[in-house]
Amino acid sequence: MRVSIISKTLAGLFVVLSASSLHAADFSLSELMQQLGQKKSGTATFVEKKYIAMLKQPLESSGELAFTAPDRLEKRTLKPKAEAVLLEGNKLTLERSDGRKMSVNLSDRPEVSAFVESIRATLSGDRNALERYYTPSLSGGSEEWQLKLTPLQARMQKVISQIRIAGSRAQVKTIEFLQADGDRSEMTITGTSAK
Amino acid sequence: MKTRLFKPVILIWLAAMLASVLVISQTRFVADLSAFMPKLPSARQQMLIDQLRDGAIARLVLVGIEGADEDERGRLSRLLVGKLSGNPRFTAVQNGDRQTQQRDQQYFFDNRYLLSPAVTPQRFTAAGMHDAIQDTLLAMSGDAGLIVKKILPRDPTGETLQILEQFMGESQPSTSKDIWVSRDGKRAVLLLQLAESGLNTDAQATALEDVKQAFASLPARHADTRLVMSGTSVISVASRNIIQSEVERLATLGTLLVVALLLLVYRSLPLLLLGLIPVVSGALVGIASVSLGFGHVHGLTLGFGTTLIGEAVDYSIYLFIQRAGGGNPSHFWRTIRLGVLTSITGFAALMCSSFPGLSQLGLYSISGLVTAALVTRYVLPLLMPARLNLRDLSKPGLLLQKVLDGLTRLRWLLAVAMLAAVAVLALHHQDIWNRQLNALSSTSPAQNKLDAELRADLGGNDMRYVASFSAPDQESALQLAERTRRVLQQLNRQNVIGGFHTPDELLPSIATQRARQAALPPAGTAAPRLAEALQGLPVDASQLQGFVSDVTRAQQQALLSRASLHGSAASVLLDSMLIKRPGSDLVLMPLRPASGENIALDKVRAALAAQQLGQVTVIDLLEETTAIFDSYTHEALLFSSLGSLAILLLLGVTCGWLQAARVTIPLGCAVLCTVALLDACGIQLTILHLVGLLLVVAIGSNYALFFANKQQLGSAAEQRQVEVSLVVANLATVTSFGLLGSSNVPVLSYIGSTVAIGALLALLFAAMMARMTPRALSD
Repeated sequence: MRVSIISKTLAGLFVVLSASSLHAADFSLSELMQQLGQKKSGTATFVEKKYIAMLKQPLESSGELAFTAPDRLEKRTLKPKAEAVLLEGNKLTLERSDGRKMSVNLSDRPEVSAFVESIRATLSGDRNALERYYTPSLSGGSEEWQLKLTPLQARMQKVISQIRIAGSRAQVKTIEFLQADGDRSEMTITGTSAK
Repeated sequence: MKTRLFKPVILIWLAAMLASVLVISQTRFVADLSAFMPKLPSARQQMLIDQLRDGAIARLVLVGIEGADEDERGRLSRLLVGKLSGNPRFTAVQNGDRQTQQRDQQYFFDNRYLLSPAVTPQRFTAAGMHDAIQDTLLAMSGDAGLIVKKILPRDPTGETLQILEQFMGESQPSTSKDIWVSRDGKRAVLLLQLAESGLNTDAQATALEDVKQAFASLPARHADTRLVMSGTSVISVASRNIIQSEVERLATLGTLLVVALLLLVYRSLPLLLLGLIPVVSGALVGIASVSLGFGHVHGLTLGFGTTLIGEAVDYSIYLFIQRAGGGNPSHFWRTIRLGVLTSITGFAALMCSSFPGLSQLGLYSISGLVTAALVTRYVLPLLMPARLNLRDLSKPGLLLQKVLDGLTRLRWLLAVAMLAAVAVLALHHQDIWNRQLNALSSTSPAQNKLDAELRADLGGNDMRYVASFSAPDQESALQLAERTRRVLQQLNRQNVIGGFHTPDELLPSIATQRARQAALPPAGTAAPRLAEALQGLPVDASQLQGFVSDVTRAQQQALLSRASLHGSAASVLLDSMLIKRPGSDLVLMPLRPASGENIALDKVRAALAAQQLGQVTVIDLLEETTAIFDSYTHEALLFSSLGSLAILLLLGVTCGWLQAARVTIPLGCAVLCTVALLDACGIQLTILHLVGLLLVVAIGSNYALFFANKQQLGSAAEQRQVEVSLVVANLATVTSFGLLGSSNVPVLSYIGSTVAIGALLALLFAAMMARMTPRALSD
């Protein structure tokens, strides 16, 4: 009995603390996560643009995304060259146009997990997974929100300086990766069917 | 006494013993398990097995550090590498640290224009470069873009990616905090390569000891951390140690037990010493004959010395106990002679085996037994005191007779046991035989599990499928490997195989390296060609100046040799695929199945033959060894059947068919029941169980012959005496073989347990069936 009272008090305290740290009492990270977590599955199309200093124009690719809660995410690039990434649980599989596959176990590669969780944890509303790798900061309201993720690992910081995810309600609209060397990539997600 | 000692018989015996000792003093004793591993029929396959056992792969040691936490394991892993890397007993010491990783990356990146299979003159024309750069940009837009971006300025045509391609789909060791760790992350793993080949077990043992000592002396090591090791060398050193200590333990204990038993029965030290004379003589002559016949003696053959104690001591037991009661010497010797003859007939089957360990055993047993019997017959009576002061055994004799009478009345049990045995065997007839080669290896299941785990941790393949050939020198070996690679690549695309490695991926032939250099744009033309190639592409030539200078440098760079890979993980891989041997170079190329477990080897062979690559042998090691093992088992079965038939014939001719049936039925029944008993215990039979059964027939025939010998059984008192001697002999046998059955070495334990059970059953069944009922020869 006493334990549950203490834990309730602690939980309450935690909500107060986290709400105040976001400076936006109207829309908290927990609320966003809850909103996102309600979605069970969805498919979408994406267009990704990579802005690279070495290149005179951005590289563009496009394809389809499919997500099934809690942990299955598939990114199928169709143009300019077919390839696919399938994330299932702890296993990341890269599939190339010639059908050859390569699998990576995420527990082997913390920096790859960090990368992957920025999208998957956001889509499934998994706050714990997100906070394992990033310091999240949320701005805006439920209708128009922006989530900034700053990597915690020094190794990750050397590659990615920040990830910016923007959306409306349970819908993620853009994901932007700011690379440490100044290059960046921007993924625009449209045409979602969700359940 | 003096005159007796100078009798010619004694002189001959002494001379024979002296000669045996001389031969033995010159004998080479070996302790590895190779004598008990089947020899493959073809020389090429034999060479492959040798390579797997003694070659580069056998020089790898897989090491794990367990206990404490990840940081501590990582610290110890780094310290251990530091301690061992200067040690000349190791040619490679790796834990996946950043330094080695960088060395590998640097080797592949710096030498990409000599290593990339895509380098052709066409690729470095303006049009070819345009296409190649476009491909690299495509890769950059994809999921691996972050990595590809880094190589673009110096490698716009993506040669590094072409090299990486060859290793795609490989399982690599897991890495955590810059060192290799196990799949579950609970172990830091390291890979060592020994300088000495597997032929030098002593040197390997010393090197492994170095690892243990280095680990034990690491500063501030947590007490709960431990070192685990596996690999062919670890296993062979361990099994050698086990065999050595087992042979010593078994010989000592076996001798002690038999001595204790005999002391209990004889109550006389002189008699005991006399009784051991045939045993010692037999063992000496046995070892000497094997040494003369084979050039060396295997440690395991010595282990079977215990078995000889068990059987040879029987003769003196029979002599002392039965002669003590008077009896008819000529009938007694006739029975002994028949017993020896049946034993020899049985062992002769072993001698015919092409399984090298078994033929040693056959020769050892035959020469040992003949010597023991001859010594018992001709030497022992001369040394024996005229009157044996043997303890009075009539009381236990009477008791024994009651028991045996009881057994004789239980004769129907024999039929029941036989029926039960047949039923068990009929039910299990599919899996009575163990077809696995490793059933004979002396490694424990725990060691096998560790080995499998560490292999998986280090991403090693188990080398089941191998394509191999040998060539007169390294250059021609690499050139042939390049041709083979093209065929394997094709098969990989067709999904016939799932992957492969060839040595030229790591070190191309000189000819290919030169051809690749020649394919690069000549000095001064690289920059203008690049400018032309970049037309219509979003990259500016100014971004790719590193490429121009690298291409120019690659054309003048020194060609790669084995030494260029020094200190990299790739060098260990190369060593396992390209093996220098006196007079030739051997290439071993591991193949991976595409899906599931199997490769359709006929397709691989056909594809190679179509490209005139018939000299490349493709084998499934698992199937080869299993098939050969099967043929050995069949051969052994055939010889044992012939041996049994010969024994039956021998008995039939010498003592009549009725008598032969009385003797052989209990023996056959004992064999059947032993097999059924082992089977019911879930033990699958190996070739060594078969050897054990042969011994059961050899030893058991003595019991049956004595029980069934009408002429010798003059009086009830004499019969009792005979029966006591049989039980004592049986106890000696069961004790020494039972001891062998307790051994940690499967080879010894299989034979030991089989004979211990079988000999006991043979005595019981012989008592039921072959024994002349006391009423039939009532005094």
